[in-house]
Amino acid sequence: MLIRGLRPPLRDETENVMAVTAASPGACLPERGCSRTMTESSELDLIARILNGEEHLFHELIRPCERTAYMAAFGVLKNQADAEDVAQEATIKAFRALKSFRGEAKFGTWLLSIVLNEARGKLRQRSRMPLESLDGKPEEQEDFTPFPLADWREIPSEFLERAELQKRIETAIEELIPSYREVFLLRDKEERSIEEIAQIVGVSTALVKVRLFRARMALQKQLAPYLKQQIGGRRKRFSWMGARP
Amino acid sequence: MDGSQALKLSCKHVWSYISDYIDDSVSAEERAAIEEHLEHCEICSAILDSVHNILVLTADERIFHLPIGYSDRLHARIEAALRGGESPSSLPER
Repeated sequence: MLIRGLRPPLRDETENVMAVTAASPGACLPERGCSRTMTESSELDLIARILNGEEHLFHELIRPCERTAYMAAFGVLKNQADAEDVAQEATIKAFRALKSFRGEAKFGTWLLSIVLNEARGKLRQRSRMPLESLDGKPEEQEDFTPFPLADWREIPSEFLERAELQKRIETAIEELIPSYREVFLLRDKEERSIEEIAQIVGVSTALVKVRLFRARMALQKQLAPYLKQQIGGRRKRFSWMGARP
Repeated sequence: MDGSQALKLSCKHVWSYISDYIDDSVSAEERAAIEEHLEHCEICSAILDSVHNILVLTADERIFHLPIGYSDRLHARIEAALRGGESPSSLPER
């Protein structure tokens, strides 16, 4: 699976995409995320029409963003029902405030910043604790040395049919501290650019990269020993070198 | 750049670049140095492969899938707001 265009494509992945697509349609979708199916000008045209009275078109405006809205809320709240509530509330807030949208960012970026604000508000309300103390570890105290490996044999996506494997991955992501999890899900689940994530989260691109690095390293450390046990056997190496166009 | 001037990276340096390397946000010189290191270092290439593999798995739709009916409920909520007379143009600008 090619997660995003920028990532170096891997020869082995092509085979996986074919296999997984055949086995489970929908498992490997094309690029996701807000506004990817809409050009900026058509998005602005749509917003203008909504503001001029064709309000039913808001359904079309929100459709490309709805998945990411949920995932952004889930990244903060770690709870399906709360994430859905927040995604709905933020969507309605965005509708009500659409007149204030200036087009300086993409609509999706603007919407997601509303989603994150809503989600953080709900989290504060739920926990009555400061955001960063919820998981107990300040960012600086983490150890970002990866789990050492002598070799790695690829775990194909088909293995996700195993409920236990799914659960282990989801739990590892849930255990990331909130600021890492937000960035990780927006980048590695929702394929947003670093620049866009910086706008959505309200931090610098440098800090987004730091958080992303730490999230990925933390997941490698947490999951690599378990995943390695799942497949065992001989090494099947990815082909990184010379694979990029 | 000739071989004597080429950037040489330790394993720890390579680990620190893994995330940016995956995102293709390293310089050409850094990329060349990382790839030169990876060709000779089984540990770093295994770590890179494992990180990449984990990202492929976490990107899969089966991880944190949307609640069933989420989209229908969201659009029903929007429809209820529209039928309730809500309108963005009726609100004052912020």
